[in-house]
Amino acid sequence: MKLDAKIPGGPLQQKWSDYLNDIKLVSPANKRKFEIIVVGTGLAGASVAATLAELGYRVLAFCYQDSSRRAHSISAQGGINAAKNYPNDGDSVWRLFYDTIKGGDFRSREANVYRLAEVSNSIIDQCVAQGVPFAREYGGGLANRSFGGALVSRTFYARGQTGQQLLLGAYAALMRQVAAGQVELHPRCEMLDLVVADGRARGIVTRRLETGQIETWSAHAVLLASGGYGNAFYLSTNAKGCNATAAWRAYKRGAGFANPCFTQIHPTCIPRSGDYQSKLTLMSESLRNDGRVWVPARKGDRRDPGDIPEAERDYYLERMYPTFGNLVPRDVASRAAKRMCDDGHGVGPSGQGVYLDFAAAIERLGEQAVRERYGNLFEMYERITGEDPYRVPMRIYPAVHYTMGGLWVDYNLMSTIPGLFVLGEANFSDHGANRLGASALMQGLADGYFIAPFTLGHYLAGEKPPALDTSHPAFADARRQVEERIGRLLGIGGPHSVDHFHRRLGAILWDKCGMGRRGEGLEQAIGEIRGLREEFWKQVRVPGGAEGLNPELEKAGRVADFLELGELMCRDALERRESCGGHFREEYQTEEGEALRDDANFTHAAVWEYRGDDQEPARHAEPLNLEVVKPSQRSYK
Amino acid sequence: MKLTLHIWRQRDRGDRGRFVTYRLDDVSPHMSFLEMLDVLNEQLVGRGEEPVAFDHDCREGICGACGVVINGLPHGGFPGTTTCQLHMRHFQDGDEITVEPWRSKAFPVIKDLVVDRSALDRIAQAGGFISVRTGSAPEANSVPGPKEAADLAMDAAECIGCGACVAACPNGAAMLFTAAKISHLGLLPQGQPERERRARNMVSAMQREGFGACTNYRECEAACPKRISINFIARMNRDFLKASLLHGRERGGKRQAR
Repeated sequence: MKLDAKIPGGPLQQKWSDYLNDIKLVSPANKRKFEIIVVGTGLAGASVAATLAELGYRVLAFCYQDSSRRAHSISAQGGINAAKNYPNDGDSVWRLFYDTIKGGDFRSREANVYRLAEVSNSIIDQCVAQGVPFAREYGGGLANRSFGGALVSRTFYARGQTGQQLLLGAYAALMRQVAAGQVELHPRCEMLDLVVADGRARGIVTRRLETGQIETWSAHAVLLASGGYGNAFYLSTNAKGCNATAAWRAYKRGAGFANPCFTQIHPTCIPRSGDYQSKLTLMSESLRNDGRVWVPARKGDRRDPGDIPEAERDYYLERMYPTFGNLVPRDVASRAAKRMCDDGHGVGPSGQGVYLDFAAAIERLGEQAVRERYGNLFEMYERITGEDPYRVPMRIYPAVHYTMGGLWVDYNLMSTIPGLFVLGEANFSDHGANRLGASALMQGLADGYFIAPFTLGHYLAGEKPPALDTSHPAFADARRQVEERIGRLLGIGGPHSVDHFHRRLGAILWDKCGMGRRGEGLEQAIGEIRGLREEFWKQVRVPGGAEGLNPELEKAGRVADFLELGELMCRDALERRESCGGHFREEYQTEEGEALRDDANFTHAAVWEYRGDDQEPARHAEPLNLEVVKPSQRSYK
Repeated sequence: MKLTLHIWRQRDRGDRGRFVTYRLDDVSPHMSFLEMLDVLNEQLVGRGEEPVAFDHDCREGICGACGVVINGLPHGGFPGTTTCQLHMRHFQDGDEITVEPWRSKAFPVIKDLVVDRSALDRIAQAGGFISVRTGSAPEANSVPGPKEAADLAMDAAECIGCGACVAACPNGAAMLFTAAKISHLGLLPQGQPERERRARNMVSAMQREGFGACTNYRECEAACPKRISINFIARMNRDFLKASLLHGRERGGKRQAR
């Protein structure tokens, strides 16, 4: 597998503008001749589909939801970063770049991250023009708030529903192009395979979820914006339908998969309450702006939080990290919470929880101001737990939230399969080993509005992929494989439901490839997942048939892929013999319990190549060649 | 707790459909309503029966995918709550619960509790946007927006497109949904150039899709999980009326051929 990142030459600050001056362009008359497939309609997918359509390309867009407006970007709460420096607190493109690369523990590409910071301001302009109702000051200007891992306020927000509002902006742009006839949109239509013909990505195989109809689609390029794989853990903050099937099928067709072990555990989620639990709910990181995290100082103290006097509370983040306090990055905050609970300070019925307390904020700002900032989040918390966070501190615990790993892409966002582009959370992207809060929305929209439309044009103009339709044998071949797999799943007729296997996979990954990982545990996990996979293919029961709406069949296909991906996550975690960001190998830590990187041996992206079901995948490395930033021990003290 | 569930089962669009009764033991009060259905489905799969199909995704009240009629009320009728956010602590041991899909002419049932809400997307396609080219936007702070208007726009923009307003309305109207989008964009300076055209086109699309008209029952407002106010319907009507009167006139006042 050849990994050429195709990073342009020249100084960091000039790379993107020089690139834009140099790329090949497609003439307006020729754009009409190109068909582009976009899979997924979240921030990255909707924004790129709308932008390409506006440029004149013919776009086919697909999503599994009943409406493209429901893609999981909609759930993002806290905000979106940009280097506008409206609060005049010293922010700049350089600082946003530096904070992001440091937040990622120096495991991302400088050129990509700099470009991300550079286009961040255009995203805000674009969204405001679309009518995204960001929070404003009385003077009419846009308001900002702070987020983890930064000492400036650069986060734009729309109450606690920033993702929803940004997605509805992109959705509106997409709807406009659908009405104009430039986008053919296929909701309730799931991609089940990638078609590679003559060495290029040339189409996909889909299943219509309502009827079960299998179809093939050809195009000049395929763009995956299909999100992350956090649901491999079963319990995560992801929507129930989020899955890795599109990305995993692409991997099995030859696309390299980078850093699968880089998963983000978000520190502020509502703790789980029972075995029936189907998902975990995030409480936005923005709450850490005004909420103070604490546990009882005495182990096993089971008193009500109100009965524990100030002196017997341990505000451990403020104690351990005085500079950043409650606003340390997510990986640091999650590990600290785990340590407190492992040491016996945890609260709540399971002992797996810490307090997030707003009493001080309510006293300082008044209840009304707190309600204005976080009202909907408090309400969400109360609905789930039955407790009123205006009176009783919230109980929170870390949960799987985001995956930094994903399909490897070069500077053009193209994978190792020519013609296959990957955007948003689905690619391995710009976040290194840990993503900072409010950066996912930024990346999804950067990729979709401002990067892929240019890099795709450059590919099409340069490579001129020839016309090709679904009569090419590769389409019939991929379609046959999809149909066979569905037939196999329906034919097993074992005793256990799909969820039964998914829960067990999740438990293995959470225990052994979650917040803390050890070599030994990872080796065990690989064996256990292999065993579970075999069991799945013998014992799963998928009721119903291939035709008609069959949610169990949909889940079965996705879980079958998670059962393969889960093994790769553990393998990658095993081979990365260092700790960095969200990847914490317990064998590699500083005396104070912080992540201990091994820059000499691991300043690279690990890229996995599929070599067949009966062969182990090959691990390749893309060196990160950090030229501008000097990796340092990441300190938030 | 133990529950008796009467659930609407319908094989596909063509099937007539019927209620089927299920009994469920060991329901925890901490479960969400959808988790309760998950438990039922797991038992059905275990017995070799087809599970109950229902739409759901984020399970935190923001994607708008879920929504069933519970004991006659969309989302169960608890203020500001989607079906996925409804927890079983609101029910009693021994309760009988009737679960149905959204009932509306414009939302055909696809299977069991799943309906086709694509009509809402088509209303959005008719004008639920501001026409701005990617990359052509002015600097964000160059157009100041009064905070009050921005906040009110946000109140409207919170709509999740679940369709509960339609399911709740005796006329099957989608006025609250449409009004929320027209108001959100119409309240912002950026939305002014297309304001009238948008109102005209979206209202026409709503009528084309077979939704009914508003006769002020206010059921939509009560059912809306985002508590969107029917004041926005008044705002929409005003915009629509103005747009209709102005339609066919040039801004200068010259009559144009229709």
